[in-house]
Amino acid sequence: MQYFKRTILAISIVAASLTGALVASTSSAQGSSGDATIKEIEKYRQALGDGNPAELWEARGEGIWKKPRGPKNASFEQCDIGLGPGKVKGAYAVLPKYFADTDKVEDLESRLVTCMVILQGYKYEDAKKSPFGSPERKSDIEALVAYVTSESRGMKMNVTINHPKEKEAFEIGKTMFFHRGGPHDFGCVTCHGADNQRIRLQDLPNLTKKEPAQRAYTSWPAYRVSQGEVRSFQWRLFDCFRQQRFPELEFTSQGSIALTTYLAKNANGGVLTAPSIKR
Amino acid sequence: MKIIHFTSLSVAAFTASIQLCAAADAIKPTQAEFVMKASFMDRGQAKVDRLNQDETQRLCSQYPEKRPPEVARRIEALNMKLMKYPADGKLLGDWKEGEKIAQSGVGKQFSDNPALPAGGNCYACHQLTKVEISFGNIGPSLYNYGKLRGNTEPIQKYTYGKIYNAEAYSACTNMPRFGHSGILTEEQIKHVTALLLDPNSPVNN
Ligand code: HEC
Ligand code: HEC
Repeated sequence: MQYFKRTILAISIVAASLTGALVASTSSAQGSSGDATIKEIEKYRQALGDGNPAELWEARGEGIWKKPRGPKNASFEQCDIGLGPGKVKGAYAVLPKYFADTDKVEDLESRLVTCMVILQGYKYEDAKKSPFGSPERKSDIEALVAYVTSESRGMKMNVTINHPKEKEAFEIGKTMFFHRGGPHDFGCVTCHGADNQRIRLQDLPNLTKKEPAQRAYTSWPAYRVSQGEVRSFQWRLFDCFRQQRFPELEFTSQGSIALTTYLAKNANGGVLTAPSIKR
Repeated sequence: MKIIHFTSLSVAAFTASIQLCAAADAIKPTQAEFVMKASFMDRGQAKVDRLNQDETQRLCSQYPEKRPPEVARRIEALNMKLMKYPADGKLLGDWKEGEKIAQSGVGKQFSDNPALPAGGNCYACHQLTKVEISFGNIGPSLYNYGKLRGNTEPIQKYTYGKIYNAEAYSACTNMPRFGHSGILTEEQIKHVTALLLDPNSPVNN
């Protein structure tokens, strides 16, 4: 507990100065912003002594996982997220996958919602109401995501595409990746289809190639320094679609899971490092 | 139409009903397109109809890497036909305004205020000047663009046209069609053209 208090203090102090630096850098017309940001992140990492604030989300998530809640007063401990009821260790490495009880391919976030509805008795709308947290209103889902994924750290991605619905999800996801549209004619492939590309100073992983696709996928979810939150993979897609000038990707929608299936399968063999830490 | 996702969306039934009403259409939307459309919600200025593709977007999605030469020619020709030049015949504006537009990355995202003018965000993809070192590399460096090409009438016309509709010159480019798609106004494109071609612009110094 003492450790957490100290960490929180360190985080809030450094995060405040870092947020300042980031805001200053995005509004400045001149270019040295990238270097300054990188230096700030380095300072930040040092201040935390190699710790990752995601640990706070992991701990909170573990608490939520084990606590009886909802109208049925049940915990997540009987929730099947891929390896059978109650099995958390290594489960993230096999997701998304087909689940017979819902007859759907599901990712981690959608599975958490499913368990909240089926096991805990929440209404569907309530279960998926706040997928992405803010400092004022933390998201239970993001904490659960941090906990569950931390239990697969160091393991290799191992998604199987056998069931017809898994095949269908993979193909739909692939189509979505290459689908160009909107006022800018962008698709995922515009920003993630070639090696060594950058937008301004931000590196863009080539998600059509094994090694960078593995590295990118296995580092999510992540603690986002610029936002002071742990962000899930659903959030990553939501925000890239925003940059793509597309409408809002609905949380745990069939398309979002299909795209995740495509990206996760391409990351097979990559070692999970999530929750990691990002700018 | 609002779909409840929790009760598994029956794509087959959905497909059947859409095929009925699209019977007259030559191009049948794929199942992937149905799923995609059902997975997004209107938000702010970004409506779900942004997923609809024009012929250029459809062909470029179909052939993401290499495409038959006749497909490329078709895309360039159909975009060239849609090209519009300013009625007053003037192609160059003020490079100082152009620099601001090149820097600005706002516009067209659901998080942007649609009442404010959009930027071109040219620096996201191009080097343009010596001073700005925060530039991306999805497009080629445009530093010294005007110095290397001159400021002749054909070059002015090409440059304005390229920014207005890049697809008219290179099929399936990653560069947005700023004029054609209504991202930048005619006046803004004149300013950016001046940024590239004006001898006093930092692009050429
Ligand atoms: C207009 C540009 C753009 C488009 C289009 C885009 N992205 Fe991104 N993407 C980025 C940027 C910039 C980053 C780095 C983000 C950051 O650090 O904030 C990124 C990061 C990512 C990452 C995390 C990489 C890592 O190593 O942390 C993934 C995964 C990703 N994008 C997937 C996608 C997918 C899938 C799509 C299509 C839905 C997409 N992106 C569309 C710009 C884009
Ligand atoms: C998302 C990426 C992207 C953005 C944003 C972008 N471009 Fe480009 N641009 C490209 C790519 C890729 C090319 C090379 C392929 C081609 O010619 O279309 C290019 C080519 C060009 C060329 C042709 C260069 C030549 O040698 O003939 C010009 C001129 C140009 N861009 C100007 C601009 C200007 C001005 C803006 C901002 C208003 C801009 N671009 C924004 C990606 C982009």
